[in-house]
Amino acid sequence: MSKQQPTQFINPETPGYVGFANLPNQVHRKSVKKGFEFTLMVVGESGLGKSTLINSLFLTDLYPERVIPGAAEKIERTVQIEASTVEIEERGVKLRLTVVDTPGYGDAINCRDCFKTIISYIDEQFERYLHDESGLNRRHIIDNRVHCCFYFISPFGHGLKPLDVAFMKAIHNKVNIVPVIAKADTLTLKERERLKKRILDEIEEHNIKIYHLPDAESDEDEDFKEQTRLLKASIPFSVVGSNQLIEAKGKKVRGRLYPWGVVEVENPEHNDFLKLRTMLITHMQDLQEVTQDLHYENFRSERLKRGGRKVENEDMNKDQILLEKEAELRRMQEMIARMQAQMQMQMQGGDGDSAVHGHHV
Amino acid sequence: MSKGLPETRTDAAMSELVPEPRPKPAVPMKPVSINPNLLGYIGIDTIIEQMRKKTMKTGFDFNIMVVGQSGLGKSTLVNTLFKSQVSRKASSWNREEKIPKTVEIKAIGHVIEEGGVKMKLTVIDTPGFGDQINNENCWEPIEKYINEQYEKFLKEEVNIARKKRIPDTRVHCCLYFISPTGHSLRPLDLEFMKHLSKVVNIIPVIAKADTMTLEEKSEFKQRVRKELEVNGIEFYPQKEFDEDLEDKTENDKIRQESMPFAVVGSDKEYQVNGKRVLGRKTPWGIIEVENLNHCEFALLRDFVIRTHLQDLKEVTHNIHYETYRAKRLNDNGGLPPVSVDTEESHDSNP
Repeated sequence: MSKQQPTQFINPETPGYVGFANLPNQVHRKSVKKGFEFTLMVVGESGLGKSTLINSLFLTDLYPERVIPGAAEKIERTVQIEASTVEIEERGVKLRLTVVDTPGYGDAINCRDCFKTIISYIDEQFERYLHDESGLNRRHIIDNRVHCCFYFISPFGHGLKPLDVAFMKAIHNKVNIVPVIAKADTLTLKERERLKKRILDEIEEHNIKIYHLPDAESDEDEDFKEQTRLLKASIPFSVVGSNQLIEAKGKKVRGRLYPWGVVEVENPEHNDFLKLRTMLITHMQDLQEVTQDLHYENFRSERLKRGGRKVENEDMNKDQILLEKEAELRRMQEMIARMQAQMQMQMQGGDGDSAVHGHHV
Repeated sequence: MSKGLPETRTDAAMSELVPEPRPKPAVPMKPVSINPNLLGYIGIDTIIEQMRKKTMKTGFDFNIMVVGQSGLGKSTLVNTLFKSQVSRKASSWNREEKIPKTVEIKAIGHVIEEGGVKMKLTVIDTPGFGDQINNENCWEPIEKYINEQYEKFLKEEVNIARKKRIPDTRVHCCLYFISPTGHSLRPLDLEFMKHLSKVVNIIPVIAKADTMTLEEKSEFKQRVRKELEVNGIEFYPQKEFDEDLEDKTENDKIRQESMPFAVVGSDKEYQVNGKRVLGRKTPWGIIEVENLNHCEFALLRDFVIRTHLQDLKEVTHNIHYETYRAKRLNDNGGLPPVSVDTEESHDSNP
């Protein structure tokens, strides 16, 4: 008889066997062939180690010719959007990763308009996808929607800054926010715990919706459940990035060398880098799904309700809508009254012309 | 040795404000070196001891202001500098206070004593600076405060019946905390220092320096120094106030190599190599605050307290305060009505 191994093609002669249990393998094979697309946006003040962290996460150098501007130049600069795409392949699986950088965020003395550019970019990607989805040729839709946004919180503060709160509230309905505490080697363990708690409290206080890891399903194994529990308990992740190899305890590790010791990037006791990486990799699929099912659908329904008109002034629109609705209401009421009158007349048609007591509202 | 002919620009300016000096009594051109053994000991040098005793008795004021974004360790650093809880933050980290919506000025005074010398230390904190979304002109309340202290002093000084010792609330030193991004200064840092370096002694410090490796620290310091120079920001010790060659060489070294000081503060002690040291304990090692290999706190402390404390006060009095005073005098005679004599004696010592 055939061996009951799920990956093998089971003997089709087994009674009752249809064969669709093999579907996941087919999906898997097709996905592997097609490759995955993922867009990650990175937002935070200058100098929080964002680029270093991205390079560390994906073991690459996404910014080979980087020039860091001085303060005087930053005074004039507005927020830019810079997207870099890199194709990473690992064991036959291709990932087309786009990292969207936002240089200039938080630099200006007046950051009031800091996030307009960023929000427009996110909306534009949704808009483009909507347009493609509604188009005739839907075979090769490129998904450039932002699936995840790493928001970098400064470890130097006492919690969230007013700018952090304002920004996250402005985008939490458009993109999955993963808050990250940068440069975590600035903090002692106690300070780190305090800061994490403070940030979580403030997120709750301001009703900011960050990305929540889905709980492990009941049929997953214990290890995975435990891992998910650990991940959930460590949010926000406090990370250290580096691609420099340092000699520590006889081996070469990625880390940062200080006069008082070596901070190891991949040491879970030093920082949450591994946790962040695990979370990103194991939940890439989920992040895409939530973007599609929640954020994109939100955008789509808002957009379609507006009927293709670009909203210039929201307040004015509200008044307009109100007026329109009132007019419609009146029309419908008149129609009802007329119908009622008609019915009355028909009923009393044989009775002669008795007065019609219609109620006109 | 000219009589009355102004040789330098400052002399010319001076002669407009000060009446012609009376002719000097005849003195030999070159001082003859006096061999004390030959002529006997006079005792002129005891004046130093007399001054010392006087200072110890009266004590002295020192007002230090700290400016920087919330969370850069300002309060901790000041506590570490003066080895006491002198700033508004208690030693525990439970900051339940919210970030204020505007910049506030909070001055707290303490009297600390060491070796018989009393110091009335006032720490002026500026919570809310740089923390808002819109930080335009957030330095204005600070500039206003500094000028208000000059005004207070001026009013006392021009009084007909003056106090023997005018209470000095003027800001002698402003520590400006730079965030250790490792990249460059932030636009707000430039703006603040541009405006305030003309009214107060600014000492830029790089906060939470344990964020940077040695290489990063040295690159960042160079970058910051260059940016300050390019933007014409004169931090303390200002080049133009170096009095003599000795000062100049000493200060040059500090300006070009040590500053801005990259510091770490702490009020906790740990055991390292058998000694109790102030530091920060992390899973990868203990950062010792007073270890020069770890950070430059000791340099900052020596600079501000052990070597340049008096100079900070003097520059504040002789230069910044005088600039303010001259401006006030020129601004449509805005001083309260005084007699002519008092106005001209502007070389009174505090």
